[in-house]
Amino acid sequence: MSTATTHDEHHDHGPASGLMRWVTTTNHKDIGTLYLWLSFIMLLTGGAMAMVIRAELFQPGLQLVEPNFFNSMTTMHGLIMVFGAIMPAFVGLANWLIPMMIGAPDMALPRMNNWSFWILPFAFTMLASTLLMEGGAPAFGWTFYAPLSTTYAPDSTDFFIFAVHLMGISSVMGAINIIATILNMRAPGMTLMKMPLFVWTWLITAYLLIAVMPVLAGAVTMMLTDRHFGTSFFDAAGGGDPVMFQHIFWFFGHPEVYIMILPAFGIISAIIPTFARKPLFGYSSMVYASASIAILSFMVWAHHMFTTGMPVAGELYFMYATILIAVPTGVKIFNWVSTMWKGSMTFETPMLWALGFVVMFTIGGFSGLMLGVAPVDTQYHDTYFVVAHFHYVLVTGALYSIIAAFYYWVPKWTGNMYDEKLGKIHFWWSTISVNLLFFPQHFIGLAGMPRRIPDYALQFAEFNMISSIGGFAFGLAQVFFLYIVVKTIKGGEKATDEVWEGATGLEFEQLPSPAPYHSFNTAPEVK
Amino acid sequence: MIFRRLSKHSYVLFTALMSSLLATTAQADYELNMTDGRHALSQQIYDLHMIVLWICVIIGIGVFGAMAYSIIYHRKSKGAKAATFHESTTIEIIWTLVPLAVLIAIAVPATATLLDLEDTSEADVNIQVTGIQWKWRYKYLDEDVEFISSLSEESRNAIPDPTGVDNYLLDVDKPIVVPVNKKIRFLFTADDVIHAWWVPELAVKQDAVPGFINDSWATIEEPGIYRGQCAELCGKDHGFMPIVVNAVSEPEYQEWLVAMRAEAAAVAAAADQEFSMDELVAKGESVYAANCSACHGPTGAGVPPVFPAITGSSVATGDIGAHIDIIMNGKTGTAMQAFKTQISDVDIAAVVTFQRNSLGNTVGDLVQPSTIKSLR
Repeated sequence: MSTATTHDEHHDHGPASGLMRWVTTTNHKDIGTLYLWLSFIMLLTGGAMAMVIRAELFQPGLQLVEPNFFNSMTTMHGLIMVFGAIMPAFVGLANWLIPMMIGAPDMALPRMNNWSFWILPFAFTMLASTLLMEGGAPAFGWTFYAPLSTTYAPDSTDFFIFAVHLMGISSVMGAINIIATILNMRAPGMTLMKMPLFVWTWLITAYLLIAVMPVLAGAVTMMLTDRHFGTSFFDAAGGGDPVMFQHIFWFFGHPEVYIMILPAFGIISAIIPTFARKPLFGYSSMVYASASIAILSFMVWAHHMFTTGMPVAGELYFMYATILIAVPTGVKIFNWVSTMWKGSMTFETPMLWALGFVVMFTIGGFSGLMLGVAPVDTQYHDTYFVVAHFHYVLVTGALYSIIAAFYYWVPKWTGNMYDEKLGKIHFWWSTISVNLLFFPQHFIGLAGMPRRIPDYALQFAEFNMISSIGGFAFGLAQVFFLYIVVKTIKGGEKATDEVWEGATGLEFEQLPSPAPYHSFNTAPEVK
Repeated sequence: MIFRRLSKHSYVLFTALMSSLLATTAQADYELNMTDGRHALSQQIYDLHMIVLWICVIIGIGVFGAMAYSIIYHRKSKGAKAATFHESTTIEIIWTLVPLAVLIAIAVPATATLLDLEDTSEADVNIQVTGIQWKWRYKYLDEDVEFISSLSEESRNAIPDPTGVDNYLLDVDKPIVVPVNKKIRFLFTADDVIHAWWVPELAVKQDAVPGFINDSWATIEEPGIYRGQCAELCGKDHGFMPIVVNAVSEPEYQEWLVAMRAEAAAVAAAADQEFSMDELVAKGESVYAANCSACHGPTGAGVPPVFPAITGSSVATGDIGAHIDIIMNGKTGTAMQAFKTQISDVDIAAVVTFQRNSLGNTVGDLVQPSTIKSLR
């Protein structure tokens, strides 16, 4: 405690009061909080859209919505969850945690930090406003394949394009800030190979963001010029190629999915050692595995496109490169299991979510391996098997890690313990319902149900109904989570400075709970 | 070749294991697994699917088993003391190399299957398949047979309540007919957006990309009806463009070809006949239901502004020449297609007349098929 100061001294440079505190803040914790709340609002918004989807699919026939609106719902659900819920949540966690973990007072570029957050509410308002426009919201899927998203798209598509640009600008600025902070503001003695894995995985993620968000911006700009300025990037009639859109999109899109999972690896690598009371197994191999996954992520994009008519040599290459990713991912899973092995485990709420992550993310990894095998992928492609796969990695993967992170660090953020009983109910309720929701989707996909259809043949009825029931229950569980979050912020049992018996890292060892407004005014000594 | 021999052995083993296991659990309405299709290629794909699935199951048992063991025995409440080990280069190398070997074992049969899948040479029958929002056009390249296949009337009418409808959303007005035991090569393209032609039991799924041609193949060994649907989001009615393949013996196939040519000749001949207003309106009603109502609505109300109303529209109540033009040639930059490539002269004449004299419009004029023919 020699370097961290007590609460009283901090009141001098505490936050301003009122609404303007949040508008003008340059504080990493305030901005982290803003990001996390935005992400929660988006989670519930995107979740409400998922409820519409599951309600329409509850039974065969069209009962509730028109096919076009259904397509808008799947499109907006995907965009909002990817760009609005998962990505901002990780940036929020990065803001809160990275300065505390590396012994810095704040982020390196605090004003840019403010700006990169405040772009987002406008971007998402613009995106959501398309639902009210004439002709309806974008209805071409979150992957917005041309020419459905160019020549055949509604007018509101231009607002979508601008919103994507804004999200991209925000992400790139956030990434620059994170890299600048990690490379320049580490406390003396905090060498790269001593950094917590969350910091490592975010450093790698930030480079991925800088590399691929401009590619996405390029794709939507080409869409814009195809729509309005007479170009034919994606139109064969003018010498272009619709499949080129998919190459550009997935050159962004595949690294993007690792952007949404690498920080999760960092979170899980922090939580499991704490509750196993044993250091993380194979720290350096974890770092190398993360870097390998990031590098491989640039070389596998066309495995999303095995049915587009690629030359067979291309298909073979992308198949081999894709299944190769199973190696570093496997290393991570094995390391987590070895960390638990011969530990002294307890099962507080964060640990439950982390264990749920390991099991269900691995299931998503298995279906990922299956999807990587090109000749079989021709049968899985664009079916509910794919929907099941990416929801296992993004919901029970990325989202579970975010929820685990909340329970793990919220005592440090607020000084209050969450309600352990409610946290455990939240976990079991979510885990049972999420499997009811997504596991049957493997079956209906294998049995032949394509994704993105508002109505289906009668033989898919039973599993769809089970899936919908699971969906409603899972949705409700996250409303319950909102109650837990608010309750924890308002009060609760006071957390100790260490918070968890086996917790390591500067934020637990050298900062009080709640952490002071400016984390470290004097750099701590790292041994 | 060596690939194939290697993989054959493992196929037999895994298929036997899995089929006995799944046969007991799979029922009609709780279908759990991919179809094996019962054809050489689809079975090869199914076997590969089962191999990878079982490899995953075995790895899963290992990983989750070790985890469960730790969770049960290495818990603090049982007095477990934490060990301190936290790295081992040897172990890291082992669990990098072993998975690598497993992946190579998967890649070998996968490569063989992929090469077979992509080998479309030496086909006996060539069928061009064109995706159109939201139907399929089939053109038998060497046979002078061409037609459009779309969702059956029965399925379309059952959308509000499909209970008990046979093959709901998997039924068409005109199935494609193909001979068994012949290598059929499908050539895919599209008129508007990207579609994907998928029939699970034939193990064919290929994107139909506007302006490009992809191909795929199937040799069907058992006569029968094979159903599938569009697998790439292609707009509003993506869920409503099914595929039905009717595989028949060679003589039946030849008979069908003759019948199709005769039908086409009859349709062409009808273009020179004169029709009365009532005949045209009556015929136009069914043409409208099959081709126009998906967007413009069964009552002609449309979904403005994307899909304009027919009732009271300036086109349907204005100059008949312009009305015919938009139906025949479509409207660039919108979902309005060029129907001259899709429906006959009689159908175009009928639907124009129907739109001008029904759905709340009372223009009172009509157009004969011969006029349409002269405009082509």
